[in-house]
Amino acid sequence: MPAPYGLNDDSVVVIIGSGAGGGTLGNELAQKGIDVVILEAGPRIEYDDFINDEWDSFGQLAWLDNRTTGGGWRVHKDFPNLPAWIVKAVGGTTTHWAGASLRFQEHEFKTLTNYGKVEGANLLDWPLTLTDLEPYYAKAEDKMGVTRTNDIEGLPGNNNFKVFKAGADKLGYKECHTGRMAINSADRDGRMGCQQTGFCFQGCKWGAKWSTLYTEIPKGEATGKLEVRPGSHVLKIEHDDSGKVTNVVYADKDGKMQSQKARIVCVAGNSIESPRLLLNSASAKFPDGLANSSGQVGRNYMRHTTGSVYAIFDKPVHFWRGTTMAGIVRDEARHDPSRGFVGGYELETLALGLPFMAAFLDPGGWGRSFTTALDHYDKMAGMWIVGEDMPQEQNAVKLHGEIKDKYGMPIPDVWFTDHPNDVAMRNHAYKQGMAMYDAVGATRTFPTPPYPSTHNLGTNRMSEKASDGVVNKWGQTHDIKNLFVSDGSQFTTGAAENPTLTIVTLAIRQADYIAEQMSAKSI
Amino acid sequence: MVTIYQGRAGLSRRELLKRGSAAGALLIISGTAVLSTGEAWGLESTALKPETVATLIQLARDIYPHDQVPDRFYAIAIKSHDELAGKDPAHKELIENGIADLDRKAGAGGYTGLGWEDQRVSILRQIEDTPFFQAIRGGLVVGLYNQKELWPIFGYEGESYSKGGYIARGFDDIEWL
Repeated sequence: MPAPYGLNDDSVVVIIGSGAGGGTLGNELAQKGIDVVILEAGPRIEYDDFINDEWDSFGQLAWLDNRTTGGGWRVHKDFPNLPAWIVKAVGGTTTHWAGASLRFQEHEFKTLTNYGKVEGANLLDWPLTLTDLEPYYAKAEDKMGVTRTNDIEGLPGNNNFKVFKAGADKLGYKECHTGRMAINSADRDGRMGCQQTGFCFQGCKWGAKWSTLYTEIPKGEATGKLEVRPGSHVLKIEHDDSGKVTNVVYADKDGKMQSQKARIVCVAGNSIESPRLLLNSASAKFPDGLANSSGQVGRNYMRHTTGSVYAIFDKPVHFWRGTTMAGIVRDEARHDPSRGFVGGYELETLALGLPFMAAFLDPGGWGRSFTTALDHYDKMAGMWIVGEDMPQEQNAVKLHGEIKDKYGMPIPDVWFTDHPNDVAMRNHAYKQGMAMYDAVGATRTFPTPPYPSTHNLGTNRMSEKASDGVVNKWGQTHDIKNLFVSDGSQFTTGAAENPTLTIVTLAIRQADYIAEQMSAKSI
Repeated sequence: MVTIYQGRAGLSRRELLKRGSAAGALLIISGTAVLSTGEAWGLESTALKPETVATLIQLARDIYPHDQVPDRFYAIAIKSHDELAGKDPAHKELIENGIADLDRKAGAGGYTGLGWEDQRVSILRQIEDTPFFQAIRGGLVVGLYNQKELWPIFGYEGESYSKGGYIARGFDDIEWL
């Protein structure tokens, strides 16, 4: 019973995007009786229709609209029009994500204080603390069914995990387990347990992995207070003379221009589309884009310090079988500058199918050095590095100067260059990862470069002072009180942990704040 | 190594196949087709010269050499260039000129006349940044490795949902640790 709202209904909260941030916020508000319209750029694809095939699934789910890249990152060379591997569909990137759900560490909310000034980095403390978020983290973990919380059992370890764990033990790592995963280890919340199918990145066909597509969104719709409009690509947010936002202009599923009035607008289009939309909404009153008095919209683009380590053994591993990312070493996540860098990183198990291994093991690579690696595909094990990267002002999402999309909106141009701290961290992680595999008899290891970004963060960052960032500690823009940011672009810094749990946590907290402000009639 | 046997005009395909086999050749060019005697398949070229298609098959193998993978997978992987060349004259020119350049760099006997992979690869290293090489290599990443029939050669099992995942099929069956 999805509630249909009129385009002229100016009492609704309009949320742009239906992923971890937007989908969660929409449900939370609907549960409180608030009328919500979610505009989602992609189609609605239910989980039965997901495809256990890497390239076919990529064609079905990935955000493939043209984007350009620049800067020193290797993605610019290898995948010049694919800066990010994220999703354009109802549920957003929660259809594709691996499920790793880790709380940030206390020190990671105060990086400027704890790391000190790092040359070339635009570090800033979050305007909130772990203590502020703890009750909301607890709600998010319960909502998502995160293993190893709320008495939920951990997932069983697959072959890839067993190799990983054996290596971690040999190196003396203390905190290694099958992770805190938003993937059911048994039936819960009307969803079944993990069947060890693999293909987590291609959308879970069992619905065992939490995604807003089949949790938050139908729950919100069941209240009669939430309408999701798929195929709605938002081009512009408009405002009145007082500077309050009033409506959003979007191309509907048939490509027709529409305008939806709104009492409040929440932007949750991921860290590339969200700043793009704010920048594209520039007006006479806000010539640099909405909520951009600080000049920070689109800046401080972060994507985690990533990389992978693959290894070949002399016996089969069959690492593609089972949960893709149920395995973690947390020992390196601490802040310990004696390693030659600030911040820390997690090591997490990872497997790719043969088609994606060919595309990502060494993009551009060819010849026997490359093919002899694939020849032993069934004897491979793999892990992913995810570490805190430094926010840098010049790493940014900008509007392209010339190229426009089919609606005439400038496409995003994504610039990124590693900070020396990022490079030092990645090299440390490569060394540790290769040592783990060597310790269990790897005959060959591969330090594999970062893929197109799955963790896109920081481009509308949260700050105490309006001059330092775009939103306050509630995700409310400093400049416009009925305009919010509800996705990972609010992150002041990226921490070492996969971001989804924190995005969901912030969305739950933001819903409380919005409801309070609405009943107090202050927005 | 793909040995290419060039048929003389006037000989029947049947005759060619016989002669090709006798000569130990693996790929035979007949009219507009590239025929494989050992693997019993043929690839009809529509836009590109059949000699070009045969060289492309060798080139594909030199870029992504897997000795356990038969030629037909490489032939399927490069087929799209012939199809695209039929629609796009610029692509046809890119491929024909690229192959001609390889043959020129290889000297008498052409690219496929070089007996050792290393000899051919050293030529490829000279052109690896060219649009021609990148078009071939880039196309192969999907064109070769996304062939489902190829996956079992590498042990990859593909789709697993219809089989109930691996929960009862060995997700944790490793024994050698």
